[in-house]
Amino acid sequence: MSPERKIRIMVAKPGLNGHDRGAKIIARGFRDAGFEVIYTGLHQTPEQIVAAAIEEDVDGIGLSSLAGAHDYLFPRVVELLKEKGADDIVVFGGGIIPEEDISKLREVGIREVFTPGTSIGDTVNWVRRNIKPRK
Amino acid sequence: MFREDHLKTIGDEEKRWVDDLRKVLSEVPERLPRFSTISDMEVKGLYTPKDLEHLDYSRDVGFPGIYPFTRGVQPSMYRGRIWTMRMFSGLGGPEETNKRFHYLLEHGETGLSIAFHYPTLMGYDSDSPMARGEIGKCGVAVDSLKDMEILLEGIPLDKVTTSMTINPPASILLAMYIVVAEKQGVSKAQIGGTIQNDMLKEFIAQKTFMLPPKPSMRLIVDTIEYCTKEVPRWNTISISGYHIREAGSTAVQEMAFTLADGIAYVEAALERDLEVDDFAPRLSFFFDSHIDFFEEIAKFRAARRIWARIMKERFKAKNSRSWMLRFHTQTAGCSLSAQQPYNNVIRTAYEALAAVLGGTQSLHTNSLDEVYAIPTEEAATIALRTQQILAEETGVTNNIDPLGGSYFVETLTNRVETEALEYIQKIDDMGGMLAAIEKGYPQAEIAQAAYQYQKLIDDAKKVVVGLNKYATDHAPITTWKMDPLIERRQLKRLREVKEMRNTQRVKDDLKELRGAAEGDENLMPYIINAVREYATLQEICDVFREVFGTYTDPGMF
Repeated sequence: MSPERKIRIMVAKPGLNGHDRGAKIIARGFRDAGFEVIYTGLHQTPEQIVAAAIEEDVDGIGLSSLAGAHDYLFPRVVELLKEKGADDIVVFGGGIIPEEDISKLREVGIREVFTPGTSIGDTVNWVRRNIKPRK
Repeated sequence: MFREDHLKTIGDEEKRWVDDLRKVLSEVPERLPRFSTISDMEVKGLYTPKDLEHLDYSRDVGFPGIYPFTRGVQPSMYRGRIWTMRMFSGLGGPEETNKRFHYLLEHGETGLSIAFHYPTLMGYDSDSPMARGEIGKCGVAVDSLKDMEILLEGIPLDKVTTSMTINPPASILLAMYIVVAEKQGVSKAQIGGTIQNDMLKEFIAQKTFMLPPKPSMRLIVDTIEYCTKEVPRWNTISISGYHIREAGSTAVQEMAFTLADGIAYVEAALERDLEVDDFAPRLSFFFDSHIDFFEEIAKFRAARRIWARIMKERFKAKNSRSWMLRFHTQTAGCSLSAQQPYNNVIRTAYEALAAVLGGTQSLHTNSLDEVYAIPTEEAATIALRTQQILAEETGVTNNIDPLGGSYFVETLTNRVETEALEYIQKIDDMGGMLAAIEKGYPQAEIAQAAYQYQKLIDDAKKVVVGLNKYATDHAPITTWKMDPLIERRQLKRLREVKEMRNTQRVKDDLKELRGAAEGDENLMPYIINAVREYATLQEICDVFREVFGTYTDPGMF
């Protein structure tokens, strides 16, 4: 029997904001938790993120935004995944996101939103519970 | 600093104290196995003259306003003039931000500080596909001179100084500011202010970049050269540690990397054949004031001493103003918590106090809601009042460098200095900061420190009140929301600007700019000509991108 495939997560930075402290910490945390991690680097358009996610055959995408553009960029990623027939990829996000925006993001298909103060461990556990390696 | 026989007596007395201490600790042990600063620097329980055995007062501490400026850059410090209260502001469009500027000035602010939205920071206009979802969200949208005219309406540019947090397009925003001043009848010799213009720390930490490092340095030296001759009251760079620290560095890394950046800028300007004493007095600095009180104060004091020695000994500067490290401070955004946000007012107050005891020249205090959004007017007012209470009620401004001579603070100052010098040496050995950045060295050091710190927080080994200790539910606070009409107004104005201007002149100016960029002339006069004709920010940046190429994030983690 072949060993089970590891969870593959893409950590992505959509938009122009350069705050990558959180994204890098999460990427390291995921790697230390045994996930396969792809980090897009900064300043990615939703189109670039979706194309890379499909190319890399990831199980989930973690989006990070700290400059207020999440309300356009996060839903756009979900929309493009649907268009490409790749909406089995689980999308979650984190960053500076006002509480009242979170329910709107959930409605359009962002599965979870992590706000400042979330521990690495809580995020890792959420991924383990909610994202399974696709066959 | 102390006589040898005194030190011997003190040593004997210390032994007695240690014996007493042991007895006490056998009954009530210390709370922690190891006490350390937020940067994880170990701290002893008590410091005495013995820790300062090698300190030479005249050589290492001295007097305010006199080399090496450990106690401050001005002889009278805040007894003469209070620091400039400069609140970083930018929200929505130029209209909203202009209103905020006037509000803050009416309430006692003493200098302006402009926060631009991300498309402007990255060299894109509001109508670029790259700007979608970003317009006016994290600062003010500025696409052309028109926006700058609205932004600065009613602000007397001969009286108020303005700091602009702008990096890749710094030369363009400076050009716009010069032209707006001109239209007010204020010459470029009269205006005062600062452009951040520090690309090295962008590659290291803040990550708004456009061009590769080498042409980025050329643009910076162009502004230094131009301002040295034409805009003498302008601070040509704000060499910034703030973003390095906010990206997760330690206090020592923040200061060391910043001064190493400073060295690289001085060397670049010298390569252009500028005289060190002509441009060095207009280099300024910008640091973070984090929550670990004494470590920050030591950092500010040590930074002044190291920079003074670098400028005098390494670069042979003779003008005492070239030796002075003058700096702006912002309290630490990364120390704030989304949980129990009102606690952020208290954190900011302590951080502001550290900046003042460290001798800052200007200060931004964060608002309690900045962990959620751009500050509301009410939150920004509380932050400004925090500075006013410090300046006018607490009495800390009565005396210069009140912590100078503290055994602990002087020891910590020495230690921060020693460790920073080790980093600076290491970067010198790599061939300077540009080479170090290309190797990813400072980036990796910061990412490592950030990850370690996060684990300390997650394990509650470092306490954040309201987050990993004393956590309770809290009611949500009201945050600033951008009116969606602002985006439409901004796009409409940009269209109108493009319609009303003289297209031929814009084309000609951009063509001349391109020609100059392909050669080695100073680009500032060409940029000023182009912005005067309402060439947009992106049109100018596109010329740069086409001539110099672009830089993309290597995406290391």
